[in-house]
Amino acid sequence: MPATPRTAAAPAVRRRGTVARSLHDSLVVARRNLIRMLRIPEVVIFGLVQPVMFVVLFSYVFGGAIPVPGQEAADPVVYREYLMAGIFAQTVTFATAGAAAGIAEDMHKGLVDRFRSLPMSRGAVLTGRTLADLVQTALTVLVLVGCAVLVGWRIHDGFPRALAALGLLLLLGYAFSWIGALIGLSVRTPEAATSGGLVWLFPLTFVSNAFVPVGGMPGWLQTVAEWNPFSATVLACRQLFGNPEGTVSDAWPMQHPVLASVLWSVAILLVFRTLAVRKYRSAAV
Amino acid sequence: MPGAIHAEGLVKTFGRVRALDGVDLDVPEGTVLGLLGPNGAGKTTAVRVLTTLLRPDAGRAVVAGHDVLTAPDEVRRSIGLSGQFAAVDEYLTGRENLRMVGELYQMGSRAARVRAAELLERFHLTDAGDRPAKTYSGGMRRRLDLAAALVVSPPVMFMDEPTTGLDPRNRMELWSVIQDLVADGTTLLLTTQYLEEADQLAHDIAVVDHGRVIARGTADELKARIGGERVEIVVHDPGRIAAAVGVLGGFSRGEAVVDRHTRRITVPVQGGARLLAEVIRELDARGVELDDIGLRRPTLDDVFMSLTGRAALEEDADGPGEPGGPGKPGDRTAPAPAGAAAAEPAHPKEAE
Repeated sequence: MPATPRTAAAPAVRRRGTVARSLHDSLVVARRNLIRMLRIPEVVIFGLVQPVMFVVLFSYVFGGAIPVPGQEAADPVVYREYLMAGIFAQTVTFATAGAAAGIAEDMHKGLVDRFRSLPMSRGAVLTGRTLADLVQTALTVLVLVGCAVLVGWRIHDGFPRALAALGLLLLLGYAFSWIGALIGLSVRTPEAATSGGLVWLFPLTFVSNAFVPVGGMPGWLQTVAEWNPFSATVLACRQLFGNPEGTVSDAWPMQHPVLASVLWSVAILLVFRTLAVRKYRSAAV
Repeated sequence: MPGAIHAEGLVKTFGRVRALDGVDLDVPEGTVLGLLGPNGAGKTTAVRVLTTLLRPDAGRAVVAGHDVLTAPDEVRRSIGLSGQFAAVDEYLTGRENLRMVGELYQMGSRAARVRAAELLERFHLTDAGDRPAKTYSGGMRRRLDLAAALVVSPPVMFMDEPTTGLDPRNRMELWSVIQDLVADGTTLLLTTQYLEEADQLAHDIAVVDHGRVIARGTADELKARIGGERVEIVVHDPGRIAAAVGVLGGFSRGEAVVDRHTRRITVPVQGGARLLAEVIRELDARGVELDDIGLRRPTLDDVFMSLTGRAALEEDADGPGEPGGPGKPGDRTAPAPAGAAAAEPAHPKEAE
């Protein structure tokens, strides 16, 4: 005789369909992570300092020295317009480190065990975390757009196209936060997750068209930069914002940056979400 | 008839370590099984397998009527887990933590809110309910963790070292909560390294070591296994230990355990208080001066020693226990005095 199902006497348990349950659980976890962000505002604030610093440093320190191809000489005003899409894109990818650190901490503190012992949707802990990171990324981008306008950056092709560009940025950031989720599940400590979530972002974002024209790099590195998912999004944003694009090569992603950006982001999202959810299911601390 | 928790031949290896090496368990409905063993014995691994957190390499387990491997979600609906690390979100308030858990058990958000309030009340956390859990003391956190495990009043509970690191007052308080739960008919599997805790709370005890259940029974049955009373003396002069062992040999029903460091000699005897008087007279006649003498009944510490050859709280760094077991006279260290280990946790991890 199996145990008496005393759960029947417990407060009403709702039966939801798989998709509805997954969405519900993800939102519950996302709310939890957003509450955490409100209670630890330092994290959000420090997350803002770096990109704002980059806006200022690149605008005023490098701005006068880096000529945008197609321009006669280095012009700080033109460079600022050129630069901003790169900084925005780099900023959204930093969501990776937040997701990695947050999930590693949940593992470390035993919260993941708690979640895994509950009858909840399997992917919800990770989806909830990445959704909360998406909210944070969106806020960061808004602040950054404000700073960019202050240093003289403008959009030239109207709001709808600018909003599309912001959409591409957030999609890229969301995809990258799943890479962070996988890192967070794979390392032993939250500290390792923070650095593990950040170190590879520097080569990734610098070997691209984000800060300097690709033309100055050695040939093989140019190819890497042109096919870098990051470059596609940066170029797509420049086009949609109506900002200077520099010289654009014949590589396919550079010729179809918007499509390339979407494809890259969706591919990263699907691959890393699958890997992360699989890892989560078998995660043993 | 399988119990509320039933496991057969569970095996789990991590690399070269066999954390579980063929564990069979059966916990009848409404009873408490204490899984007793030192650190690294495999207790936590067993709990993780039974709570669907870990897939065993071999064996099967049924919890609350559902197979852990084929129906994990049904198992999760019927269990509560309270771990040794108090898994609550420290930046959320107690109330937010409980509501979140309720919602993830798929209760409606209203029902989850009501339930959170009830649990805060029951665990004396109402006043602290709207403060982040970060501000809680160790005992409060542990109560919150336990409350989180009870959100749906699950018929089967797992507690992994529920009182490790708690001070005696908080431990007693948690014990009484656990006793109430059991009185309500909850089936409980409890792991502990405190023998006293198993003695207090568990109907049955399974002693685990190196991934195997090496003994099982009630606390009394286990104690009876290693025989009855023993006389324990502390000799004043270390030079007189050999003489004292000689005297005690005349009364003993088994071999003496000698701890040279504390000058303590323990021998199994039969005969009670009268025998004690004779021992004193004989030792006196041989000029052995005593610091202490007493008649002891076996404790679970003794059981543990006799089964594993180690004290329960020792970290097992030295590989498999000696096959010879305890009781080799003269050359080995006796167990720590009974009760001392249980009364003073080895890892005081109270609120920072």
